Amino acid sequence: MSGFLAGLCVAVLPVLALGVWLGRRTARAKSLAGLGTPVEHATFETLHTASLAAPPLRAGLTEETARKSARKLRSLLGTDALCLTDREQVLVWDGDGAHHRTEIMDRLAGPLETGRGEAFRLTCDRLDCSVRWAVVAPLTVDDRVHGALVACAPRESAVLVRAAGEVARWVSVQLELADLDQSRTRLIEAEIKALRAQISPHFIFNSLAVIASFVRTDPERARELLLEFADFTRYSFRRHGDFTTLAEELHAIDHYLALVRARFGDRLSVTLQIAPEVLPVTLPFLCLQPLVENAVKHGLEGKAPSSGKCHIQITAQDAGAEALVVIEDDGAGMDPGLLRRILAREVSPSGGIGLSNVDDRLRQVYGDDYGLVIETAAAAGMKITVRLPKYQPGVHSAGRLTGE
Amino acid sequence: MNSSYAIPAVALVVVATVLVGAFGLRISRTTSDFYVASRTVGPRLNATAISGEYLSAASFLGIAGLVLVQGPDMLWYPVGYTAGYLVLLLFVAAPLRRSGAYTLPDFAEARLGSQAVRRLAGAFVVGVGWLYLLPQLQGAGLTLTVLTGAPDWLGGVIVAVVVTATVAAGGMRSITFVQAFQYWLKLTALLVPALFLVLTWQSDGAPRHAFDEPASFREQRVVRVDDSIDLKLDRPLSVTVTGTVDGRSHTGTRLELTAGSHHIERGTRLTFARGAPVPEAERSGGDLSPSQAESREERPLYATYGLILATFLGTMGLPHVVVRFYTSPHGVAARRTTVAVLGLIGAFYLLPPVYGALGRLYAPELTLTGDPDAAVLLLPDRMIGGVGGDLLGALVAGGAFAAFLSTASGLTMAVAGVLTQDVLPSRGVRHFRLGTVLAMAVPLAASVLVGGLPVADAVGLAFAVSASSFCPLLVLGIWWRRLTPPGAAAGMLVGGGSALLAVAATMAGYPGEGAALHALLAWPALWSVPLGFLTMILVSVATPGRVPPGTAAVLARFHLPEELRTEVTA
Repeated sequence: MSGFLAGLCVAVLPVLALGVWLGRRTARAKSLAGLGTPVEHATFETLHTASLAAPPLRAGLTEETARKSARKLRSLLGTDALCLTDREQVLVWDGDGAHHRTEIMDRLAGPLETGRGEAFRLTCDRLDCSVRWAVVAPLTVDDRVHGALVACAPRESAVLVRAAGEVARWVSVQLELADLDQSRTRLIEAEIKALRAQISPHFIFNSLAVIASFVRTDPERARELLLEFADFTRYSFRRHGDFTTLAEELHAIDHYLALVRARFGDRLSVTLQIAPEVLPVTLPFLCLQPLVENAVKHGLEGKAPSSGKCHIQITAQDAGAEALVVIEDDGAGMDPGLLRRILAREVSPSGGIGLSNVDDRLRQVYGDDYGLVIETAAAAGMKITVRLPKYQPGVHSAGRLTGE
Repeated sequence: MNSSYAIPAVALVVVATVLVGAFGLRISRTTSDFYVASRTVGPRLNATAISGEYLSAASFLGIAGLVLVQGPDMLWYPVGYTAGYLVLLLFVAAPLRRSGAYTLPDFAEARLGSQAVRRLAGAFVVGVGWLYLLPQLQGAGLTLTVLTGAPDWLGGVIVAVVVTATVAAGGMRSITFVQAFQYWLKLTALLVPALFLVLTWQSDGAPRHAFDEPASFREQRVVRVDDSIDLKLDRPLSVTVTGTVDGRSHTGTRLELTAGSHHIERGTRLTFARGAPVPEAERSGGDLSPSQAESREERPLYATYGLILATFLGTMGLPHVVVRFYTSPHGVAARRTTVAVLGLIGAFYLLPPVYGALGRLYAPELTLTGDPDAAVLLLPDRMIGGVGGDLLGALVAGGAFAAFLSTASGLTMAVAGVLTQDVLPSRGVRHFRLGTVLAMAVPLAASVLVGGLPVADAVGLAFAVSASSFCPLLVLGIWWRRLTPPGAAAGMLVGGGSALLAVAATMAGYPGEGAALHALLAWPALWSVPLGFLTMILVSVATPGRVPPGTAAVLARFHLPEELRTEVTA
């Protein structure tokens, strides 16, 4: 009996999964039925189909995205065949009459040049061929023709010409949005490059000054510091790859802290608690070092040079599919309202664009759930928490993990 | 057996696990020295952790039980469990690490760029994880019953509660240290008693008839039958009976049982004379599925190959093993880790067969009472006795609990991770806790409902499902550039799905014993693995347009050593 129950449990699982999946697929379409008048219903249907076709197109016009959206677009237009092209070739042909591919491409030269729509008769010697007429509507982004939407039908139809024009305009808007996404990504990339070139000049001057002060009194120490400085700048000016590993980033922070310690001596103490499991985690290049720099600055800020001491704690923990990095200082802290405005870029902070830049890049790479979490109040120190997923598609470290 | 030592031992193991989990990191890694803090987990430590996580109840109790019941044929189990890592080493370890994937669904997404395949892989991870958790909980229940006579669901509930609480509370932060600790604990718990047992065996004159067929009693022995059974006798046997045999009740009468089948009611006490052969027993309670062992006897060759294929190819798809490779800093370290795992696990697996063989000599009646899995636990008491035997028994019990805890916590973390990421709606710490509870609740409910599935058999089924779904995905994903998302999905569904259905049918007792179909369903790997591969290849070849863009780059990343990669991307 119990054996039978066990078998039943195992057998029920896939059925349940299938049920959930089917439920999800049908739920949206069903919920629309029975809403409002037939006209309203038709509107809902159209809008729903359009919204289904939109997401793939948001990634730009490629064979993959065209294939995913073509069927939805065809049901939107209700034609026998629909094809999407870029400037050189047919990306996808959905429906009958795929043998017209080359003919269509030959006839497209004009519309692609002028950016104006056109309708023409197709020549075909097959008697059973159902498509005799084609409507071409160009897809334009910022007045540049990217490709064309071609709708084919058995006979000429003014309605189809009009509808194809509208759908093409709608597709163009999606492509424009894709373009916008791209420029946003490029902007962030440029920002990362900007931050990279921007290890603060103050830091360089101060480091060199400290090294200079040791040159006579303690040449050996000066040499070590110079090497630390070289290592840190080599890492920061590295040109390849947007990502690094937690181990490498920690090495860079180590070099950075060695230079800072040389300047502040006993006033700065650092404790680390690093779970070795998370060292291979990949993360955006130079995204923890600015946080440590921030902690050093806030920790020593407003404290008398002779007496004030600052303690910084860096923790990296293993938390299932994520790594949790916490950077904590016991310094001056900050008014939360001011911090919120800095992160929203309403006020420009005194020293560089560290925090908000790191926040933006984390959100860009991992999504909005993964922004910085900062706990602070005036005179209460500051605790910054970063969550890093262990795996994220497209995130690969270019660097090599060293160590044992 | 005397439980006054065993219960403190089990409690000690539980407390030590929780403490090492919570504070191991704090003690060993709080420092101001970056060099110390940023040293990655070395191959040896990681290998010990993998071994600790991998050696489950099936290894600790199950193998000895199988050897006890069925003799040396069963040595294929430890061989298979170990050799799986050889396949992993040769085909999967380094590329899997270089893919950057943390879980198997991650790998599917990294290779094929498809959310649908990712979700499917997630579903199979949950399925395999639950199938594998089930025998862990049952093993815990059995151990506690043998030690204290507690009801057999209690041990499972204790393990489930401890694991869920520690994992959900984030107590497994320093999981590498916990698992490495568990490995050495388990090895000690088997090795030390084994030394004493072998010494006793030596002083006993080193009897060598361990694998004589059939096993026989070495001294007069009283056996209490807990579930009603049918005895099959080849020749007449005389026993003293208190209880009901063949519907007639006796009180201490000496019976001459004729050759043939005899029905023994539950609660009956049988006293066998010295030198009497151990009769073959058959469960007739009606609530137990025919053990796979029986189909083994019908078609030993087929069953052995099925077992070999499932264990060789199934190891690479075990969710708790895969996540540990992420800890290796690079592909070469992942390979070195696997080699070390082979050594560590190989050393461990020398021990359970020793217990099995000694069990055949000193506790052959376990085949009658229906708890051959308890052989490891009972032997120290049986052979040595006294305080020494009790202490060694307590050590073994502690080791067994370490086995349940480590494997169960590793599996729970893996399953909960997938549930949180791919099934439950949004992410966050609270959802991880919900995922943990869910990951443990299902197998716990199943183990309370089901009971009675032989531990090693249930693990074998989990291996079969893993071998027919994830092995094709990993091997083809790493070595074949024309794999497409529809192909991968179809292969996993057909291969893994059919193995899962076969498992379900076997557990439900369909189609009964004796049928040729039964052997096919009880050992599905031999047909379901090729089926999975074939479906994956054929569907991929049929959908050439769906090869994901960037496949060449992805495969280059899988196979190029990390040092070269820097130059390629620069």
